[in-house]
Amino acid sequence: MALKIKRQINRSFGGTLAIWVLLCIFAVFMLLPLIYAVSSALKPMDEFFLFPPKFFAENPTIQNFKTLFSVFDNSEVPLSRYLFNTVFVSVLGTVGQVILSSACAYALAKLHFPCREVMFKVIVASLMFNSTITSIANFLTLRSLNMVDTYWAVIIPSFASPMGLYLMKQFIEQMIPDTLLEAGRIDGAGEIYMFIKIALPLVKPAWLTLIVFAFQALWNTGSTAYVYKEELKTINYALSQIQAGGIARSGAAAAGTVIMMIVPMIVFVITQSNILETMATSGMKD
Amino acid sequence: MKKAKPRKSYSRNEVRAGLILALPFFVPFLLFTIIPVLGSVIMSFTDFNMLSMPDFVGTDNYVRLFLQDSIFMKAMGNTFILALVIGPGGYILSFIFAWLLNEIGPKVRTILTFCFYAPSISGNMVVIWQMFLSGDSQGYLNSILYRLGISSTPTIWLKNPETIMPIIIIVSLWSSLGTSFLVFIAGLQGVDRSYYEAGAIDGLRNRWQELWYITLPLMKPQLLFSAVMSITSSFGVGTLITNLCGYPTVNYSAHTIMNHLSDYAGTRFEVGYASAIATVLFAMMILCNKVIQKLLSKVGT
Repeated sequence: MALKIKRQINRSFGGTLAIWVLLCIFAVFMLLPLIYAVSSALKPMDEFFLFPPKFFAENPTIQNFKTLFSVFDNSEVPLSRYLFNTVFVSVLGTVGQVILSSACAYALAKLHFPCREVMFKVIVASLMFNSTITSIANFLTLRSLNMVDTYWAVIIPSFASPMGLYLMKQFIEQMIPDTLLEAGRIDGAGEIYMFIKIALPLVKPAWLTLIVFAFQALWNTGSTAYVYKEELKTINYALSQIQAGGIARSGAAAAGTVIMMIVPMIVFVITQSNILETMATSGMKD
Repeated sequence: MKKAKPRKSYSRNEVRAGLILALPFFVPFLLFTIIPVLGSVIMSFTDFNMLSMPDFVGTDNYVRLFLQDSIFMKAMGNTFILALVIGPGGYILSFIFAWLLNEIGPKVRTILTFCFYAPSISGNMVVIWQMFLSGDSQGYLNSILYRLGISSTPTIWLKNPETIMPIIIIVSLWSSLGTSFLVFIAGLQGVDRSYYEAGAIDGLRNRWQELWYITLPLMKPQLLFSAVMSITSSFGVGTLITNLCGYPTVNYSAHTIMNHLSDYAGTRFEVGYASAIATVLFAMMILCNKVIQKLLSKVGT
């Protein structure tokens, strides 16, 4: 009862109706390309040549998904290898990023040591750096570390994500009370012990969020300037090769797009509430 | 408060633990983010082709960039247009939709949140847009226009200098409800309902007044964070253009600074010159961020 009264403060019926209509129209617009992707993936080859073209597949088939795998039957590197590369790079990069970010974020949020504030300011400024800007120098660095043309050329640079660190730091700062840590210190717990035993379990939503973001970014890694060996390239690169095949490969390309988009979406749906919890603490002070 | 803390009060244990925990992140961070940025500022004053040692040439690269490179000027213009439309556009759309979603019930909100967020994580959707916008008989948009009797000649959307920019803007905005959008959704859910009751007692009469006097001021931290994210993505439009419309775009009609950068760095190996381009882009982004922080400090006043 009380809830109902609350919701009606300053709310006109017309306004609510308008909001529903607006949201529904735009939700359809947002989803249309995604639905088009799915329906294209289900179209048999002849339907791609229909004029005028149809939005929905008339005789849906999973032939395109089969083609997607058979296209690579005669190639030097099988599709499974590309898939393995993507999974390998995504998993290792994500694990590294989450561990390093949460350790550093905890230090920046809760421990007092020299240069702490400067470190955080630099990280905030670097939220604006784009990877294209750093790509030239990164190539030189990776070359001098002998990492060009290895998995590490993709994995190691992904470890230090300013965005992940920023989100984690804000979350730790606001969700872990200082008094809890003080109590731990009085009981004689070591600082690193407290990070692992007290802080980490409390920030589960934040590291789930980091996992999702890191995984999304790495999952979509395409061709990079640091890897040339065909057998080290990612599934996204392989799909872009199929997409370059023109109309005859449209179906397989669409099928590939659908597979690539479904994975991050499922991950997001599972973790949505944790992500929103993390985002609630992400605000920036002037 | 924090600044008043005396510096000498560091506990040895905390300093040691702090450094142990922070350094593993900072080594790759310095190596792959900070040093490259500083490095490209330094390299921008050299002539360097990755093979021979760099030659110091002073401000030659910048002089060439601003006075002789007409394509850079074109790229600068395009980048500004895209940044001015996609940046604020994506930012405002993210906020509007987050705000509208916050006005409806939680169950439907969860589903619609997914609908709006999905495009930004759908990965490489370029091929789908290409099918949709194709200029041949398979193009779906052309066929709609044909059936509605609006146009009887097909438009080659992705190769026509007049349609290329609007298309890029639409596709970018379509996928722009990303991190900022989630930040806003979460921020709005965190606003305490009792503020609105208090506002109603104090004489706020509709949603708009609530938005301006209560919601926006409370959301300022989220607004600032999202602004940074929006600037980064709006100035960084480049790969999408190459994937969607080919490289370079017809008559450089959608050439951006980012494309110009990849051209000189990745194709021509004029690394010094490319670094100058990167430095200019970076300076523009910082300037833009300062302006936005000024603007946002006026919210709710």
